[in-house]
Amino acid sequence: MNFDLVMSETPKFKVTIDTISVEVPAGTTILNAARMIGGDVAPPTMCYYSKLKDSGGKCRTCLVEVSKGSEKDPRPMPKLVASCRTTVMDGMEVKNITSEKVLDARKGVVEFLLINHPLDCPVCDQAGECDLQNLSYEHGTEATRYEFKRRTFEKEDIGPYISLHMNRCIMCFRCVFTADQLTEKREHGILERGDHAQIGTYLNKALKNDFIGNVIDVCPVGALTDKTFRFKNRVWFTKPVDAHRNCSNPKCCGHVRLWMRGDEVFRVTARKDEWGEVETRPDGTPGWICNECRFEKKQTKDWVIEGPALIPRSSVIAQGHYVGTKKTPVLIDKVIGKEPQYQLNIHDISDVNKPEIELSKIAGPAHSDDFNK
Amino acid sequence: MGVKLLLANDGVEGIRYYDTYRKNGGYTTAEKALKMSQADIVEEVKKSGLRGRGGAGFPTGMKWSFLAKPEGVPRHLVCNADESEPGTFKDRYLMEFHPHLFIEGLLISSFALGSNRTYVYIRGEYSWIPDILNQAIAEARNAGFLGKNILGSGFDCEIYVHRGAGAYICGEETALIESLEGKRGNPRMKPPFPAIQGLWMRPTVVNNVETIAAVVPIIAMGGDEYAKIGVGKSTGTKLMSACGNINKPGVYEIDMTISVEEFIFSDEYCGGIKNGKRLKACIPGGSSVPILPANLLLKTAKGETRMMNYESMSDGGFATGSMIGSGGFEVLDEDQCIVKHTMTLARFYNHESCGQCSPCREGTGWMYKILKNLEYGHGKLSDIDLLWDIQRRIEGNTICPLGDAASWPVAAAIRHFRDEFEWHVKNPEESQKRNYGLAHYADPIHVAATA
Repeated sequence: MNFDLVMSETPKFKVTIDTISVEVPAGTTILNAARMIGGDVAPPTMCYYSKLKDSGGKCRTCLVEVSKGSEKDPRPMPKLVASCRTTVMDGMEVKNITSEKVLDARKGVVEFLLINHPLDCPVCDQAGECDLQNLSYEHGTEATRYEFKRRTFEKEDIGPYISLHMNRCIMCFRCVFTADQLTEKREHGILERGDHAQIGTYLNKALKNDFIGNVIDVCPVGALTDKTFRFKNRVWFTKPVDAHRNCSNPKCCGHVRLWMRGDEVFRVTARKDEWGEVETRPDGTPGWICNECRFEKKQTKDWVIEGPALIPRSSVIAQGHYVGTKKTPVLIDKVIGKEPQYQLNIHDISDVNKPEIELSKIAGPAHSDDFNK
Repeated sequence: MGVKLLLANDGVEGIRYYDTYRKNGGYTTAEKALKMSQADIVEEVKKSGLRGRGGAGFPTGMKWSFLAKPEGVPRHLVCNADESEPGTFKDRYLMEFHPHLFIEGLLISSFALGSNRTYVYIRGEYSWIPDILNQAIAEARNAGFLGKNILGSGFDCEIYVHRGAGAYICGEETALIESLEGKRGNPRMKPPFPAIQGLWMRPTVVNNVETIAAVVPIIAMGGDEYAKIGVGKSTGTKLMSACGNINKPGVYEIDMTISVEEFIFSDEYCGGIKNGKRLKACIPGGSSVPILPANLLLKTAKGETRMMNYESMSDGGFATGSMIGSGGFEVLDEDQCIVKHTMTLARFYNHESCGQCSPCREGTGWMYKILKNLEYGHGKLSDIDLLWDIQRRIEGNTICPLGDAASWPVAAAIRHFRDEFEWHVKNPEESQKRNYGLAHYADPIHVAATA
């Protein structure tokens, strides 16, 4: 028996991100350390996916500035680094939202991602749960400086369940890793290079694997969407409900999220956590679901319903929900060391609204009586 | 007449073949090296101060000493012969006319690094060179310089020549390794560096052809002697591939002690500008490095004569200097249009971007489209600032140096030739009929007197 391995624990490294310190095990990436702090401090990601091996490093939205390399070698890193692929060192100091350079680079990346994006959000099924939408609201500009024709691709049919809109793709490679790591036979990859690179199934093979539906969940934009849900409804009009069933497929976890309206199940997806990734099951495995659960079981009677799903309150899907929303932690006051000066504080000018009344505690639509208690 | 080390036997008839090369003293250095210890060879290379000839100029001895040496894991030497930089053709010259010098260098380097299987990743467009190399490898094997137990030293070495498929990005060392493994040539995320986990996750050293060839004279004459050639940290000799509007384009070996002016105008080297025209600008080290106007090329901003070596060429940083890079020396005369030239380069980088990371994939195409507008007289003044903004946001934010390589030429063109860009915008019709000409780009620069 190797006692060295048993006795030695993974050393803990102290890392400071935007003035907030956290202790993490050695080998953690800067991004995951920031996610442990949570809230605004965590850099946005478009390509990194903690459940997929080798993902990350490509979109460059999670770039951060390392202002102090480590306790031993305090030199700053010369370039901005991709936080998802850089591991922390002891005593490292990282600047994310406190660095002008980072915010500027991120603005650039958003602009680059958007110049060839069709911006067809009004007809895109992903609208409302799209990472690119959220990213550009936060870091983008209101107008584009791009004056040329956008890049387009010929439409490709990749089978009965999944629809591919290559024009919307931002080349995060997540679906390629999913197809590679989750399914037995890889029929899905990248063709061509540069700005005409595209996702494709080689020789137009339809995707027939049991778990290929998960590429829909990992896609940060509307490039891969559910054909069985196509144009059926806007996501923010449907109600997310957690449910499960005994799936016969041993690799499928069977715990899903149903997107319902009334008694009708419009769509089935995997459950997602606060970072938009597939939730980790209590046994530590990612909660991938099989194609049967996703595409075939569209009846309420197929499922055991657990209750409303928790949706971040900042998400547009939370509109119209009065229970089951969760607040994202706000850390901006900690980072800048004082209360932020809001240009308009609704509580100062509204006689109706009261900050001490928590809206999520109110059952049903808010009524003026709720504020007069 | 400068020192000739790599091209000492240039022009000897039949030097391509083993017999002639052997008669001219070939493979004696390999015989010497195989009797030395591996650490001694690395030490000699370190002492020589040899800097990587592929472009970045990283000290080769240091790179070799970084190679991890875990027990029981094979190590590999990979030679980067994917010479695709526009304007650079020195490696082709070496491989085509001096294949045995190259193979001798590979053998010595493989022995020093303990690589039993050495790979040469050659550019796909060099379709006739693998045959030359394979013939030379077969000859060397017949003579006992490759294969099992070379010269009774107990060292086995095989050299494999692998043809690329014509992608510029595969000249980036990790993309080259991916491609060699049979995958899509996308650069890897670093760390881990190839010295720790390279080809098939084994420790790997990736070196340029000229670097490998330079190992032969280093071992032959000793590292200290080699370091005496050249100046400062620019030791030894460097191959320059001169092209553009000059009288004598070709590959020249320089010992880094001559000035840029001498290199362009002396009859020994480029032989002056073609048709008696005047010098306007020059890219001194392959298309990725910043372009310099004539005045800054011949003299540094401090008023000193600019020399053909690493330090002098980069004097003044990117603001007023450039880089010696891979040695692709492109000369532009007064009739050349900088806007068109920059557009051509932007088109190249747009075409060659691998598409992995967003700033390079989207930004290179955007820059090309804007430059195309400017060149054809559809540009706006704001486009110049926009270009500056785009290149600034690409540079340093990408996975591999291709993003930097795409943004530096654009940045330098705007930095030094902004008037010409503006002239294109303000005179859209005239710019289609004639070029801006030399203007003030060769005027002496005012140097403030030092107190």
